[in-house]
Amino acid sequence: MSESWRPCADNKVIKLRAEVLAKIRSFMLGRNILEVETPVLAHATVTDIHLDSFCSTYSNPHQKTDKILYLQTSPEYAMKRLLASGTGAIYQISRVFRNKEHGKLHNPEFTMLEWYQPGYDHHQLMQAFESLLSFFDIGQCERISYGDLFTQHTGLEPHTCDTVKLGRLAQKYGLLSNGEERSVLLDFIFSHKIAPTLGNSKPLFVYDYPECQSALARLSDGRQKVAERFELFINGLEIANGFHELTDADEQRQRFEQDLLFRKKKKRPDIPIDRYFLDALKYGLPECAGIAVGVDRLLMTITGSEDICDVLTFPIARA
Amino acid sequence: MATYSTSEFRAGLKIMIDNDPYAIVVNEFVKPGKGQAFNRVKIRNLKNGRVIERTYKSGESVEAADVLELEMQYLYNDGDSWYFMDQTTFEQYPADKAAVEDAAKWLKGEEICEVTLWNGTPLTVAAPNFVILQITDTDPGLRGDTASGGSKPATLETGAVVKVPLFIENGELLKIDTRTGEYVGRAKN
Repeated sequence: MSESWRPCADNKVIKLRAEVLAKIRSFMLGRNILEVETPVLAHATVTDIHLDSFCSTYSNPHQKTDKILYLQTSPEYAMKRLLASGTGAIYQISRVFRNKEHGKLHNPEFTMLEWYQPGYDHHQLMQAFESLLSFFDIGQCERISYGDLFTQHTGLEPHTCDTVKLGRLAQKYGLLSNGEERSVLLDFIFSHKIAPTLGNSKPLFVYDYPECQSALARLSDGRQKVAERFELFINGLEIANGFHELTDADEQRQRFEQDLLFRKKKKRPDIPIDRYFLDALKYGLPECAGIAVGVDRLLMTITGSEDICDVLTFPIARA
Repeated sequence: MATYSTSEFRAGLKIMIDNDPYAIVVNEFVKPGKGQAFNRVKIRNLKNGRVIERTYKSGESVEAADVLELEMQYLYNDGDSWYFMDQTTFEQYPADKAAVEDAAKWLKGEEICEVTLWNGTPLTVAAPNFVILQITDTDPGLRGDTASGGSKPATLETGAVVKVPLFIENGELLKIDTRTGEYVGRAKN
């Protein structure tokens, strides 16, 4: 008999997970932030060019034809619909699903804490998240802007420097393809050469990302447009990603359409745009900031583990 | 041209980069949450053994290296080439000096070696991990000295020189670890 029926996480870690979830809930309760649930299966999903959703087939007993439903890569669209409807601050601890992601730091199914705070910008949410981290004895965080950090490590200014220069640097660092777009080059340099060095003495917030990496963040009004987005790194591990959220429905639609155009060019499957989400934005999403936290990675940080399998009962190979 | 997708990457897979064949040593999936996915690989150049690190965008295709590892018997050398025979097809392959560089000094004939073929030509030859060879030249043995820990050079029948304990005599058969080039012990006749 093989041993694969056994959980990968040991009993201590299984218990620790329960404690972490309980602490998150007690923190949220103390701040009067409402816990919500939203669908895991939905008619639409993210158009994000670097995210792949699982598809499932829905056979409705009252309809002749089957329908594709997507497992959600994050609950953000549904939660923003709740915010637009006037719930106030909300959070959710949910399972999210991302196809084509598997490695020491990735399992295709994982646990996400998603939290929205109306009236906050990304800096205020970083502050609030730091208070949550203190529940786990994760000490005071440091902060640096993406631009300063990138320049410190590479000598290049990421918002303005020539894409050809970024390409040359990426090649020097071992990227084996030419003519990549700016965003891919930044992703490569950042994930291979910068991120692994971050947050080793203290957790580090990196904020104000390049415009081409704005995702669902709003753009700043300053002379140099930056995405009002942040990430938290602890011991080189990306733990959380937050936005000062984009609330402009027209701009959101444009970003969706850009994504879909890109998907077409790359012959990636077409995806329906989430009309409910866009309608909610049109109705009016309150100014807010939101953060997504990888709970499994938070557990890895607390336990000092280097493989996500150590904190999962049954990672995909045993699921 | 055969290719591999990055999703097929695993340790041991042979791929071509800049016209050289490489073997993947470690394959790692790297992906920023909202960003491009990559496969970062540590790869060993099969010509010179050097290990380097490179990164592919996930989903890309990479040219496969036509590399085979076969057990072959060493037959003889004619001064230019060393000849090896595939044990199943009985086909003979000449290997040049570069390919046998590390192995040649341990081979006298009939050994089963691991031969790496690239496009049908031996690229590298690995001698068996252990070989048994006779000493053709060493200083006279110091009888009874099994404890002093001293050593002396000994020339073997293939020309290789190894360090042996002082009590070893000329003409003795020795077991040698070819990976370290070290004397393991006396071989039983």
